[in-house]
Amino acid sequence: MRVRIILGAVLAFILANPGAQAADPDSGEALYRAYCVQCHGRDGQGSGLNAAHLKVQPRNHTDRAEMSARTDAELFKAIKFGGQAVNKSNLMPNWGGNLSDSEIHDLVAFLRQLCCQGESTGVGQ
Amino acid sequence: MRSVLIGLALAGAVSFQSPALAGGGEADGFLAERCSTCHQLEPPANPSLVVRTERKGPPLFYAGNKFRREWLEAWLQAPARIRPAGDFPPAHIKNGEKGDEVDKASLIDHPVLPPGEAAMAAELLAGKTANSVLIAAEAFEPVRISKRMGEMDFVKFKGCAACHKDTPKYGGVSGPELYTAWQRLKPEFITSYIRDPAAWEPRTLMPNLHLQTGAINKLASYLKLIGEKEGRGQ
Repeated sequence: MRVRIILGAVLAFILANPGAQAADPDSGEALYRAYCVQCHGRDGQGSGLNAAHLKVQPRNHTDRAEMSARTDAELFKAIKFGGQAVNKSNLMPNWGGNLSDSEIHDLVAFLRQLCCQGESTGVGQ
Repeated sequence: MRSVLIGLALAGAVSFQSPALAGGGEADGFLAERCSTCHQLEPPANPSLVVRTERKGPPLFYAGNKFRREWLEAWLQAPARIRPAGDFPPAHIKNGEKGDEVDKASLIDHPVLPPGEAAMAAELLAGKTANSVLIAAEAFEPVRISKRMGEMDFVKFKGCAACHKDTPKYGGVSGPELYTAWQRLKPEFITSYIRDPAAWEPRTLMPNLHLQTGAINKLASYLKLIGEKEGRGQ
């Protein structure tokens, strides 16, 4: 009986917190190569196709120092709600209408690979 | 004699019907034969990310909801590029001196159709109306807007210029240019697509800015303003 209760609680937690599941950086990379490279560049350094036309340059996702200063929660928020949600440029749109929370967590996991060999700041998760 | 004349008139009417109006296999097969290699003619059963990344041209299963028929017929006879970096920009990138550039050699030019085929294609595509429900929910109401304020809204406040050009010289290249959008697109398509792009294409690369109707009408009115000027050659 106790085991069933524990299993039920774990299942309920997972269903209620999709981000609690292990994020998949490979899925994140596929999403990055479809939605993000236009501005952030194929190599993630911020020199995408649109960069030359932007008044605010896209973030260099390979900048370890810059990216390490951002928590996973901040990156999630910037992707889902847009740059303005984290006091950055509105040229970074909100992708919450296109990507599920789970997919955004995958993207964050890939960003951590890109900048920091997969290390998470562990803050604000 | 009179019945003979009526018979001849009927025969003439039938023989001068366009192939599309005549219906049948020839017309039905035209889009499948000429367009389906690059364009989706029916909603994809599984609109996955992979399907989106492999797409070569915009979907046409809602072409009748989207395009102005007369524009489409003219464009098919003299197709000018609308998407500077193709339908899926990440597939058309090369390294440049200052960063990524459009790999123009990898872009596919749309074939030029002779007038008869262009008319047939435009007519058949006008019947592709899979998203009529979305169009019926719209009622575009133009608002008065100056070019300067519209431009500020488009470029600065909404950030559309990150991906779209509102003049031939200014704006991003990953999205379709929008200085001729008013000439080619139906007003209700413009407002509906801005309102909820994923309702049209689940894997669209256009974000949903969650704009209110007033803000959407403002953006569409700016596209009307610049599109009509572009159409007059200004």
